[in-house]
Amino acid sequence: MVKEEKEIANRPDNTAFTQQRLPAWQPMLSAGIVIPGFVLIGLAFIGIGVALFVTSRSITVLEIDYTGIEKDSACFKCSNADVKNCVCNLEFSIDSLFEGPVFFYYGLSNYFQNYRKYAASRDDEQLSGDLDAFTAPSDSCSPYDYNGNDKPIVPCGAIANSMFNDTFVLYRVVNGANKLVPLDGKGIAWWTDYNVKFRNPSVTPLKNAFNNTVKPIFWPKPAYQLDASDPANNGFINQDFLVWMRRAALPDFRKLYRRITDGEYAKGLPAGNYSLTIAYNYPVQSFEGRKKVVFSNVSWMGGKNEFLGIAYLVVGSLCVLMSIVMLIVYAKFKFPEED
Amino acid sequence: MGSVTSFFGGLCRKQVKIEEERLFRANDRPYNLSYQYANNAIRTSKYNVFTFLPLNLFEQFRRLANAYFMFLMVLQLIPQISSLSWFTTAVPLILVLSITAVKDASDDINRHTSDKQVNNRMVNVLIDGELKKEKWMNVQVGDIIKLENNQFVTADLMLLSSSEPLNLVYVETAELDGETNLKVKQALTVTGDLGDSTDLLAHFNGEVRCEPPNNRLDKFKGTLSLDGQTYSLDNDKVLLRGCTLRNTEWCFGLVIFGGPDTKLMQNSGKTTFKRTSIDHLMNVLVLCIFGFLASMCAILAIGSAIWEGVGAGLTSFLSFWSYVIILNTVVPISLYVSVEIIRLGNSFYIDWDRKMYYPKNDTPAHARTTTLNEELGQIKYIFSDKTGTLTQNIMAFNKCTINGKAYGELFDFSGQRVEITEKTERLDFSWNQLADPKFIFHDHSLLETVKEGNPEAQDFFRLLALCHTVMPEEKNEGELYYQAQSPDEGALVTAARNFGFVFRSRTPESITAMEMGKQVTYELLAVLDFNNVRKRMSVIVRSPEGKLTLYCKGADTIIYERLHPSCNKLKEVTTRHLNEYAGDGLRTLVLAYKDLDEDYMDKWRKRHHEASTAMDGREEMLDELYEEIEKDLQLLGATAVEDKLQDGVPQTIEQLAKADIKIWVLTGDKQETAENIGYSCNMLREEMKEIFVVAANTPEGVKEELVNARKKMCPESADEPSVISSRAGLFWLQKIERVEDEKVEGEYGLVINGHSLAFALEKDLHLELLRTACMCQTVICCRVTPLQKAQVVQLVKKYKQAITLAIGDGANDVSMIKAAHIGVGISGQEGMQAVLSSDYSFAQFRYLQRLLLVHGRWSYLRMCKFLQYFFYKNFTFTFVHFWYAFFCGFSAQTVYDEWFITLYNLVYTSLPVLGMSLFDQDVNDRWSSQYPQLYTPGQLNLYFSKKMFVRCMLHSCYSSLILFFIPWAAMYDTVRDDGKDIADYQSFALLAQTCLLIVMSVQLCLDTFYWTAVNQFFVWGSLASYFAITLTMYSNGMFLIFTSYFPFIGTARNSLTQPNVWLTIFLTSLLCILPVVAYRFIVLQLRPTVNDKVRHKLRKEALPAPAPRRPPTRRISTRRSGYAFSHAQGYGDLVTSRRFLLRLPLKSRPALFSQTDSPLAQNQPQHYRTIAEGQEDAQSP
Repeated sequence: MVKEEKEIANRPDNTAFTQQRLPAWQPMLSAGIVIPGFVLIGLAFIGIGVALFVTSRSITVLEIDYTGIEKDSACFKCSNADVKNCVCNLEFSIDSLFEGPVFFYYGLSNYFQNYRKYAASRDDEQLSGDLDAFTAPSDSCSPYDYNGNDKPIVPCGAIANSMFNDTFVLYRVVNGANKLVPLDGKGIAWWTDYNVKFRNPSVTPLKNAFNNTVKPIFWPKPAYQLDASDPANNGFINQDFLVWMRRAALPDFRKLYRRITDGEYAKGLPAGNYSLTIAYNYPVQSFEGRKKVVFSNVSWMGGKNEFLGIAYLVVGSLCVLMSIVMLIVYAKFKFPEED
Repeated sequence: MGSVTSFFGGLCRKQVKIEEERLFRANDRPYNLSYQYANNAIRTSKYNVFTFLPLNLFEQFRRLANAYFMFLMVLQLIPQISSLSWFTTAVPLILVLSITAVKDASDDINRHTSDKQVNNRMVNVLIDGELKKEKWMNVQVGDIIKLENNQFVTADLMLLSSSEPLNLVYVETAELDGETNLKVKQALTVTGDLGDSTDLLAHFNGEVRCEPPNNRLDKFKGTLSLDGQTYSLDNDKVLLRGCTLRNTEWCFGLVIFGGPDTKLMQNSGKTTFKRTSIDHLMNVLVLCIFGFLASMCAILAIGSAIWEGVGAGLTSFLSFWSYVIILNTVVPISLYVSVEIIRLGNSFYIDWDRKMYYPKNDTPAHARTTTLNEELGQIKYIFSDKTGTLTQNIMAFNKCTINGKAYGELFDFSGQRVEITEKTERLDFSWNQLADPKFIFHDHSLLETVKEGNPEAQDFFRLLALCHTVMPEEKNEGELYYQAQSPDEGALVTAARNFGFVFRSRTPESITAMEMGKQVTYELLAVLDFNNVRKRMSVIVRSPEGKLTLYCKGADTIIYERLHPSCNKLKEVTTRHLNEYAGDGLRTLVLAYKDLDEDYMDKWRKRHHEASTAMDGREEMLDELYEEIEKDLQLLGATAVEDKLQDGVPQTIEQLAKADIKIWVLTGDKQETAENIGYSCNMLREEMKEIFVVAANTPEGVKEELVNARKKMCPESADEPSVISSRAGLFWLQKIERVEDEKVEGEYGLVINGHSLAFALEKDLHLELLRTACMCQTVICCRVTPLQKAQVVQLVKKYKQAITLAIGDGANDVSMIKAAHIGVGISGQEGMQAVLSSDYSFAQFRYLQRLLLVHGRWSYLRMCKFLQYFFYKNFTFTFVHFWYAFFCGFSAQTVYDEWFITLYNLVYTSLPVLGMSLFDQDVNDRWSSQYPQLYTPGQLNLYFSKKMFVRCMLHSCYSSLILFFIPWAAMYDTVRDDGKDIADYQSFALLAQTCLLIVMSVQLCLDTFYWTAVNQFFVWGSLASYFAITLTMYSNGMFLIFTSYFPFIGTARNSLTQPNVWLTIFLTSLLCILPVVAYRFIVLQLRPTVNDKVRHKLRKEALPAPAPRRPPTRRISTRRSGYAFSHAQGYGDLVTSRRFLLRLPLKSRPALFSQTDSPLAQNQPQHYRTIAEGQEDAQSP
């Protein structure tokens, strides 16, 4: 008995794994699955495409460029970089009710918020309220980490420094008189940015936290004075600051400025003439940029984007077409059964 | 500790200039130490505790890939360039380095233990006139040591004295050259006289002057100076480390070379590192990829210069390097690691395969090299040894014809031949106490005939018992062992023994045999030995009754010429039987006898004596005498010995031939034997149009024969071979010449002889040989030396650019095994040399079918699928960055989260692809064996080549366009359903990477043929882990703890809740996948491969039953082949000389004759043979 055991001491184990006999499913691309599959996918895509397309069509968008490059533009006078504190008025009209809630965006073109060095130029430690990072900003902020006198810049970095600072006031022209349209600046940033990612240091008053620091070079006011009207909307949790700091993926982007939700405008902007007063501060001509304001409403699928609907329609039709081609090929050549 | 000292010792020695001559004095340690010769400690380990880290790291960074990644990591540390955090490269690199380091460490620890074990073996050393036990490692050059029976030889020794007469010792050299037969060494008489007297030995003060350490096992040159006299020393006086002392009680030796200087150690460790063709292709591809990478980076750097405007030289330069960092993922570090893992896994499958396990000697298959697996799926040429590989090297006395009656076959009642199987009843030889229990015979009638006392039958076996040169060995009463020159002879004598004619002992003048239980001693008057020309041997004996008889056995044609005319009738019958035997592939001998009268014999003996002492023309005179007496013989009958094939050899060869693998047999055997085996294993067939034999003795003759053969096969073939020259390899430095295959109608065979082969392998003829040989279905080279075997392999390797495999079992196959792309050793046999230098080993030739058609094919398929998928997944990943560059100002901004980049190859996509490349099978093993045609795509390199690679890149290009531009277009200017941001960078990155990962997973599913639970688990698990890890990394907690490392907080929550994000993912995935499905479906319909057809068939049919084993068919053959003699000169002189009979009668005798069929053509004790060059001279296989 012992001898027998010894004789087979080297015999490999007989398991499904070692013998490569694991039970398995071996699917093949058979006509019975592929062709109906393509038809079904095609039909489903066409269905989704129609829905998306219709939805996208129902979204109203109003875009107005106010860079002021063209001579007849209202903001032409402001496009000269030498003019300080320039204000221009943009008149426009709406033919029918602009259904609400209406979102008011500013848009920038040819603006590379995704440029690597620009993108890296921030200090998340500082922005999360870490006071150590106030006195010693991260290297990544360089050259916007210290000013000429070696004072730390807070918030440091290129992104913060380049914050968009045009302001807009919207009036509805009723019988020749300008009537202010209330704009809602609350809740325009991500909840996580407002509540987690960006935190003010727990120092009261907030101003004290910024002792021995300087404001970013391009900023007219320090961070704790961003919103004079609402003391709670200051520092790093200022909504406009949050929106700006969520940098765009592509060089043409729009960012939410305000929502129009209040009172009589809850249903939308009624038809009529409007006037937009713009405090033109942000220079874009140096990099051939464009600035625009956008009014838009949204649907379940977000903002207006006709591409997705059209793509679904095209792909769906291609699928159906492909299934026909495959059917012809299958019928004509068929899998040779012999040998 | 020993290793440390020897390491530093090694360092010191290196500074000493190269030794030109070795000089030392026996028993004089202080004098010898002054030369700083290495002591006997060996060190095969590479590292010790202190040197491990630096040396191992140095070793690892010598690998180009590792150095490259190190370089990348350094780049990433430069802040101006660093486009990715350092951890994206560091984490994988450290992981890879540490895994390799752990593996190296464990290997080295094993080596340390085995070194330690060897170094601590004890041996008796003569120190200060006393024998003391000493560790091996402390033995010094010039020490005298005492070895006992069955001990390993401690170092390279000069033999001083031994217990045996004439100062002989017997050693086994299996560890050195794989031969198990004993070899004889003899000491100088002057030292032999020292005996075992410690006094004398202690005062022995000979001085040895000899060659410096070298690796030639067969040569030794030196002198011994003693008392003013000089004696020459040669290989005959030297015992080499690695041998074992046998049949010798004790011996004394003087240490010449110790430890690292011994010939054994000098021979080891120079194994060439084999790489597969996929490896080479991969190197070339990686280089192309680097070039491609550089050009991509250059384009982007130019883009950057344009985008930045005037004076952006530095920026664009930096951006070039930044993009090198980002785009380096085209060649990720995990590629090399994964390839190794896959190969290792597939090697384990070979080790684990029960269908390649041989229960009879408990030998599983073993993949000794784990890096060559996929090449097993691409074999085009197999070079096989014959003896021990195709055949079992067991000769079985199978049939015989005595006086016109054939024995050995069984018939049923209706007269039909019955196939003999394992279950057939065997003859019972228990009545014969001296019978060999292993002897098997089935035909009762033969035994009955002998027992009845049939005189012819008795003469027949008497002849077999007397006419041979076998040496008997009777350890205990009745326990007989025969040492036969060739296994054929052994088989015949054993047959006689079992049928009651037991050869028992011999002296130079007599032979004692038991005839049917009665002891009879014959006087041996003469042995007329075998040689190649005579092809027969005879003995002349005088029986106790005084009757003089000549017994003769030999090849049929030779004996027939010398028969008395009265035998004509019997001759006809016997010829018929012989033809039948030849048809069965048996080796035959014809037996005849002749009664002699006393007077004639007296005269003849006198003349014989004169002739054998003549100074001139001795050979001729003897031949004449032999010729004269060997005539008018009386025919007795014939024997048929089966050179037993290993199980399943013909079937295996048939299957391999169907897989379009060409099999060449390279054997040391003579032509007849080789041809015979060719027939019996179905390589040569009667239906072949012609079998060419090349046996010319001049270059011109060989050329003519080769050209004639070629013209016959293909009359229109060009005179000059069409050699296609091209370049390949790294940097296209390697010149390649290829000879095209030529089409031939019908099947042909080629048999080429060793001496002709020597000419044919010369520079001017080798292409001719190659062309002709490659036109033939079967090529058999006989009488080839090991060197020629290697040359043939190299010839095919060089000019056919095909993957070759060599399979063999003996030391003579080592060179061929090392030369071929893949070497296979037959294990479980006596010698280990072939196995030790092989890449794969198993016990039976038939397992080759499974190794190639199943394991090889799967490994190749898996590796190719892996590479295709792997390149696809990384190219796609990287190209997306390329497209994004045009939208981010060429600033080397990554599309994906850095953590995703770090983990993509390491975690998210590694296991699924490994799962596929470890488990995938297109069809299972049964179908693989059933359809050997499935093997051909591998030979043609169809699954992965440069073309496939380009296709793979185009596919990646398409996928990456989809993967970038669909999310781009879908996210352009859009917002969330609450109006907030979604086109921000972080959301876009998340979207792009999710799309990528899903597409990659689906693509993998599409590529997988064989879905096991593990595959499912890996695919779903990886996707799940992606979402789990992503959600974790984007969670508040991670951000609060590691603020600066996880800036993507909240991205997943904010974007993955959006319907348009999911619709985009869905669209992207389907757009990537559907075209592939459609393309594959249409190709499947239009141009299905063999593979597709079998897979399709497999769905419809049940598993095929294993093919029934056909009973061997008898061929009608007119070819008489393989008479049962080895081709070498016989041992007649030896058995009649007194030299080996001086010893006490009852003492066991050394095994003078090897059990292999490869006795040396010398009558002297054999010496070591090298495995490499220099062995042609004394070499027979």
